[in-house]
Amino acid sequence: MSLLQELKQLLKRNIRDYGMYIALVVIMTFFAVSTDGIFINSRNISNLVNQMGYIAVMAVGVTLVIVIRHIDLSIGYLSGFMGAIVAIGLTRWGLPVWVVIPLVLIIGILAGLINGFFVAQLGIPSFVATLAGWLIYRGALLQATIKTGTIIIPNDTFNAIGNGYIPDLPLPNFLPDLHKLTLLLGFAAAIAMVLSEISSRKNKMKYGFEVLSKNLFVIKTIFIVLVLGLVTYVLAGYNGLSWTAVIVLAVTFIYHFITTQTAIGRHIYAVGGNPEAAELSGISVKKITYIVFGSMGMLTALSGMLYASRLQSATTTAGAGFELDAIAAAFVGGVSSAGGVGKVTGSLIGALVMISLINGMNLMGVDISTQYILRGAVLLAAVVFDVATRRRTG
Amino acid sequence: MSVPILEMKKITKEFPGVKALDDVSFKVERGDIHCLVGENGAGKSTLMKVLSGVHPYGSFDGEINFEGELQQYRNVSDSEEAGIAVIYQELALVPDMTVFENVFLGNEIQKGIIVDINETINRTVEVLKKVNLDVNPTLKIRELGIGKQQLVVIAKALSRNAKLLVLDEPTAALNETDSDNLLRLLKEFKKQGVTSILISHKLREVIDVADKVTILRDGQSVITLDAEKEAINENVLIKHMVGRSIKNIYPSREKKTRDEVIFEIRNWCAFDPKRDRQILKDVNIQVKKGEVVGITGLMGAGRTELALSLFGNTPGYHIDGEIFLRGQPVKFSHPGQAIKERLAYVSEDRKGNGLILIQDVRSNITIANLKRILRLGVLDTNAEIKDAKEYTDSLNIKTPSIEQKVVYLSGGNQQKVSLAKWLYVRPDVMILDEPTRGIDVGAKFEIFTIMNKLVEDGMSIIMISSELPEILGMTDRIYVLSEGRLTGEIESDKADQESIMRFATS
Repeated sequence: MSLLQELKQLLKRNIRDYGMYIALVVIMTFFAVSTDGIFINSRNISNLVNQMGYIAVMAVGVTLVIVIRHIDLSIGYLSGFMGAIVAIGLTRWGLPVWVVIPLVLIIGILAGLINGFFVAQLGIPSFVATLAGWLIYRGALLQATIKTGTIIIPNDTFNAIGNGYIPDLPLPNFLPDLHKLTLLLGFAAAIAMVLSEISSRKNKMKYGFEVLSKNLFVIKTIFIVLVLGLVTYVLAGYNGLSWTAVIVLAVTFIYHFITTQTAIGRHIYAVGGNPEAAELSGISVKKITYIVFGSMGMLTALSGMLYASRLQSATTTAGAGFELDAIAAAFVGGVSSAGGVGKVTGSLIGALVMISLINGMNLMGVDISTQYILRGAVLLAAVVFDVATRRRTG
Repeated sequence: MSVPILEMKKITKEFPGVKALDDVSFKVERGDIHCLVGENGAGKSTLMKVLSGVHPYGSFDGEINFEGELQQYRNVSDSEEAGIAVIYQELALVPDMTVFENVFLGNEIQKGIIVDINETINRTVEVLKKVNLDVNPTLKIRELGIGKQQLVVIAKALSRNAKLLVLDEPTAALNETDSDNLLRLLKEFKKQGVTSILISHKLREVIDVADKVTILRDGQSVITLDAEKEAINENVLIKHMVGRSIKNIYPSREKKTRDEVIFEIRNWCAFDPKRDRQILKDVNIQVKKGEVVGITGLMGAGRTELALSLFGNTPGYHIDGEIFLRGQPVKFSHPGQAIKERLAYVSEDRKGNGLILIQDVRSNITIANLKRILRLGVLDTNAEIKDAKEYTDSLNIKTPSIEQKVVYLSGGNQQKVSLAKWLYVRPDVMILDEPTRGIDVGAKFEIFTIMNKLVEDGMSIIMISSELPEILGMTDRIYVLSEGRLTGEIESDKADQESIMRFATS
């Protein structure tokens, strides 16, 4: 089989997985061209990543909620409310930042578990239970901020989460225009990626599974390294890796690991795939529901902090509509509304697609009303594509 | 000889990579009950989908003549229009709508733009009479038993003046009485000139009702037998179905039951709060090591309910009584606890609550016992692949790879995956609930062989089945349930179908 044929076949067979990557590349290329390169300059890409952070972590959480056939609408205003608690904790209560962050994460988990209680314990449809949460947290956010209006957060450490960058290596004369630690991390990531690709290929061959031909494998690996290198280089050209990016990558990595490599991950997908079969297989559907909603609450709190930190304040409207942005990102990323299917890495890409759209259209000066319409069209296109490819492979 | 009502000529239907039908010709005479048999994957359902327009004209080669005219169906409504009604195994009824609404669903009787309810009800009563069903047409489908629901579906077909009824495994979910009713009905239709095509795995009923039998194997029609000209019996059918003769459907086994009682329930009662009904009362059962114990009874006797209530009680019954495993009293409030105590339950409904269809073979096999492949809390994929391969090989599961999604496997292979999943928990006692439902003769034989091997290795099996021949053929001892009570216990050697039926109806 010639290389080109194999490549064609590979694309055809994995069109569902590769579809959103291709979409992302197309969208980014389009904006790069139409903004004369402004879209892909270092400063903008760095900005885009920071802009994406609070939606991306929520999208990761809501992916699992959708996988187990539920939905969580409360997360938007909950994240706003969590931001307000951070602001109040830091200013009015005078708590140190290292107390406030874990405290808010715990409050987030509790809020998620309350949703879990109504859904898992009482069997209330998640749409209704979390719609109630949406209203309640909206009110709570208003109450928390009504007297003061916007609460300014004067804490530099906290504000670095949404605005700061990782420190650089103290080598002022070596590559002065680039962020060296970022380059180093990118390099390390590339090596790790290559090694893991090689070991996974070896394993697959050991068990006689179909693998890519050697040539295509080399090309694919080089391609991944190039993309990684390019992203690293672009980021290093500005201030380097932001703390937001570090947090998003860490959350995605941890959740990817949990969902693919641990028993709890398997259990989550089993519950999503067939709850009755999961229950009879000894998996407690109730427990999994609690865990998934609890994790959702925690990530919502994290998202609220990222947003508050980015604005350096808690506002009365923080979180409005975040839940829908996160859910849209998850669907663009290939989550199935029927449950049981969807990757957290996909949702990260989905978030990147949606934020690229917003960012790019802003740069182009597209009217906000048109922006909404186009974002809706992209969401619809993504889901139609998903359904169409599923029918073909199924 | 008159023109046959249906003649399908040289039908070839290909799916990507498979030839599902290969030059099949199939002729049905007016007024006949024509049975279509063959193993799973032989092409029966595909042939009927070609007939009904699910696979539209142009997507297959060959031609269809119905009542002497060439037909080109673009979709199912075209074939319905022509008078062909296909009744599938999964009943196409809306459970929360009434009988009359269902019968005329999609074919509403209207006065202007308003549905004429009185006329609909009148016509429903008429058509229900034709299928000998005496129920109030304003009842909801949900309130009827499955046997009556089946009749409603047939009534629906008749209400559209169907000339040819195609029934795909109509008795698979029915008990003996309801099955007999249905078959009697087909014979009555025959007198009224309605032709039926019956697809069935139950060879006994095929022999009972068929005028002609066409046997498909590997997408080809092997032979059409005529009951008037030759004797049709199980051996003949099986020989043509599998291409070789299976002398004994039930493989023999050396009985080495030990006296040690491994599993016992005492005074087991269960009350279903949802139906507000006592479903099990004072059931006592003992299972010895290396024994196959059968549990049988009619529909509604409480067989599956018994299994579920024992296995962690997922339906949420109020239960009472004691379970002893290896002599120790145990209590299971969740299936997980039962699995830990090495009890396994292979569900009767592998698609509904047995398997995760959208996942691959590998994940399905390991899901109930991931502990076996956990290393420091992380799944060892290599170990998983190795185990999954070992189990697929030893159970002879036919799948292109262990990465194949279970939904694409045939019924028999799905059942074997289900079995593999539960063997993976290394059980001492395995409850097999209707282990051969909807699978073909070859796969049945394989499942029985596996069962024999397991008990020879010291496992104990509780086999729940409504098929009396297989209960008699496979078990050492049989318990019979009737309306939630244990009405009989017999050694299988001394039992026959009549004696079991006497207990089941007492």
